[in-house]
Amino acid sequence: MNQFPHGWGRPRDDVYGAYDASYLNSTEPVTHTQRPIVTGTSVLGVKFKDGVIIAADNIASYGSLARYDNVERLLQVGTHTVIGAGGDISDMQYLHLLLDNLLIREQYPADDHHLYAPQVHTYLSRVLYQRRNKFDPLWNSILTAGADPKTSEPFLSYVDLRGTTFSAPALATGFGAHLAVPILRRYVPDDAAAEALTQEDAEKLVEECMKVLWYRDARSGVTYSWAVIKKDGVETGNKKIENQSWKFAEMIKGYGAQNI
Amino acid sequence: MFRNNYDNDSVTFSPQGRIFQVEYALEAIKQGSAAVGLRSKTHVALVALKRNAEELGSYQKKIIPIDKHLGVALAGLSPDARVLSNFMRQQSMASRLLYKRPVPVARVVNAIADKAQVNTQHYGKRPYGVGLLIAGVDETGPHLWEFQPSGQILEYFGAAIGARSQSARTYLERYFESFPDVSRDELVVHGLKALRDTLQQDRELTTDNTSIAIIGIDEDWKQYDGPKVKRFLDLLGEDGTRSQRAARMDTAVDVGGEGEDDDELAALLGPQEGTSAMDTTE
Amino acid sequence: MASSYMLPYAQQAPPSYAHPTEASQPRQHHWSPYTENGGVILGIAGKDYVILAGDTRSSEGYNINTRTARKVFSVGSGLILGVVGMSADGEELARKVTRKIDDYKRNHDKHITVSAAAVMLSRILYQKRFFPYYCQPLLGGLDENGVGAIYTYDYVGSFEREQSRAFGSAAALITPFLDNQINLKNQFVPGSNGEQPKQAGDLPRATVEKIVKDAFTSAVERQIEVGDGLQLVTITRAPPRTEEEADDDDWTGAAISVELSPLKKD
Repeated sequence: MNQFPHGWGRPRDDVYGAYDASYLNSTEPVTHTQRPIVTGTSVLGVKFKDGVIIAADNIASYGSLARYDNVERLLQVGTHTVIGAGGDISDMQYLHLLLDNLLIREQYPADDHHLYAPQVHTYLSRVLYQRRNKFDPLWNSILTAGADPKTSEPFLSYVDLRGTTFSAPALATGFGAHLAVPILRRYVPDDAAAEALTQEDAEKLVEECMKVLWYRDARSGVTYSWAVIKKDGVETGNKKIENQSWKFAEMIKGYGAQNI
Repeated sequence: MFRNNYDNDSVTFSPQGRIFQVEYALEAIKQGSAAVGLRSKTHVALVALKRNAEELGSYQKKIIPIDKHLGVALAGLSPDARVLSNFMRQQSMASRLLYKRPVPVARVVNAIADKAQVNTQHYGKRPYGVGLLIAGVDETGPHLWEFQPSGQILEYFGAAIGARSQSARTYLERYFESFPDVSRDELVVHGLKALRDTLQQDRELTTDNTSIAIIGIDEDWKQYDGPKVKRFLDLLGEDGTRSQRAARMDTAVDVGGEGEDDDELAALLGPQEGTSAMDTTE
Repeated sequence: MASSYMLPYAQQAPPSYAHPTEASQPRQHHWSPYTENGGVILGIAGKDYVILAGDTRSSEGYNINTRTARKVFSVGSGLILGVVGMSADGEELARKVTRKIDDYKRNHDKHITVSAAAVMLSRILYQKRFFPYYCQPLLGGLDENGVGAIYTYDYVGSFEREQSRAFGSAAALITPFLDNQINLKNQFVPGSNGEQPKQAGDLPRATVEKIVKDAFTSAVERQIEVGDGLQLVTITRAPPRTEEEADDDDWTGAAISVELSPLKKD
């Protein structure tokens, strides 16, 4: 015992060495998420005549490892909205938590005011933009799809980790922006084309794009979830990519040992 | 010396179960000039009587816009109304920013009610000394709410607050069943007729002392003061801008009279009509 | 000899077995909060009008995000704001300006003037001096005399009033064109043998509208980030108030019109 109170109760320095307090006043910068860890790939969305369809596969990758094959990346938010997220899965789950809580809070007043797709999308964009302003981004790109319960006006919008937002009659995140969007735009170049598109054709179109992604995006999966949102609500389901043909793979040369 | 042992703070009940500070706050509303609100299927109108403390001074604002779809009329301490309306403005802007949604009227009214209630339950705080009529339009249509310093809020077809407002309420009670289907201008005229009944004998509605605001399902908040009021005063026609209450009293029995006059609290509070000691009361 | 625990920590020699520090080197941030969404905006002020135009393409790298994004916003009180650069920052800026202009109207019971709004926008930009909005704004409106005004800014709020200005990824292409066509640089009076320069004056709105459209169609040819559509916003003096409008607090004396026309999509 000595007269220095800060030494009392500490392990004896002459035995254990001085306490290393360097970690307490670190001079290092505060670090935040710098890269996504477990990730989901593309999300697709297409508007059609009286609604909108959205789809995302069920794979969650750990780098190039297909770590989970049963992850649900679509979330129904309220009665007429579905969001689909690509990017970091844990950040996505955190957003799901935020939205679930928001929707619960929103129901308490029971005053016939509801959050629909435009409101959900705006909320998400505010959250993501504010996080990027803190240099602590939520590492996702998200599609919000919905339909107006009164007018059946379809809604489809994109927001990403920097708070960038935009909307179009057909959208895709991640790899889908490269592989699916050109196909989608061929059929749905503008709002007029979306208004002429039937639900059946929209579903076929998404199916086709998911197949292309399965063929060419190494982080994609063979099963995917879809949701159709129309005036009367949300319909969801799961699908497996059928009628696959890997014939084209035989033509690919130059990536490994092979006989010429 | 002490007239009442139970009115030193807002956290003490009287043995009769009353909180006097809150009741005094309700009295503060009656010190303010009248404000009337009424609602049709498509519109809500607010009309209010402005007072000038003296001939040389300006008139006190009675109607405060909050947002494109929302505004209030006040009776009582206008500085308190400013605080509340600024808070409502914040709520409204937050809703637009976060959800791109004009704040639902009932929600913002509930928010100020909660704020007001807190003041009635904490030692050292004082209740707001102002009553509000809140007019707004949202997804669920046009709404008219009344807010009181007690934290009580109620939705109305027609409501009146402030000095001699009982006369306006009497008018509204007589005619409110026709309100749902009247036009925008007719709604204002009903409001003005109700308001003029709160006037003292020698007063009349003028472009200087009348404030009007109207809001509709497809019409953003619009406010009329000064010369802009003339168009509506002209619509009052031959009846004119003076109180018609006496004339109607012949045909109908008036309910009560001025509530504040026969209130037992009035005796405790001293003189109420005329210039108030509180110069902040409009 | 006094044992080390009798000394204040500051005087103690570092223990030889201190934690290794090399593993806790700060990691480099390789994430940028900024991105660039391309596009171009162009503002021209006339003696009784303002034209502010922008293309409607939003891109990121070689991807076209959408062909229908607007870059020119009505911010209230008869004023318009064009933003180009990072769209998330630009839209945030437009929201903030809109809100502040509304606050001004509420607090002062009158519409803000374009010159006051110009200073306000400068302050908003400078407030973020050390984490700037990554966008270049153009503010347009009619001044107190009904004369067209364009205010131009850099990222951190430095500003001036100008006659014409192009911002964005094709600014370098459009600016010399404006120099020549609006300010009549390098144009000479015919027959003066290149001695007498043409004097720039007030151009009629129809002429300027043509110049704007030509500027965009040319930019589309040479800049991949520009294209899809043209959003052309014009402020003109509103006709004298009708009796109905005499009551209207929202009446600003300015009439804003928006015209959308196609540009090449390739």
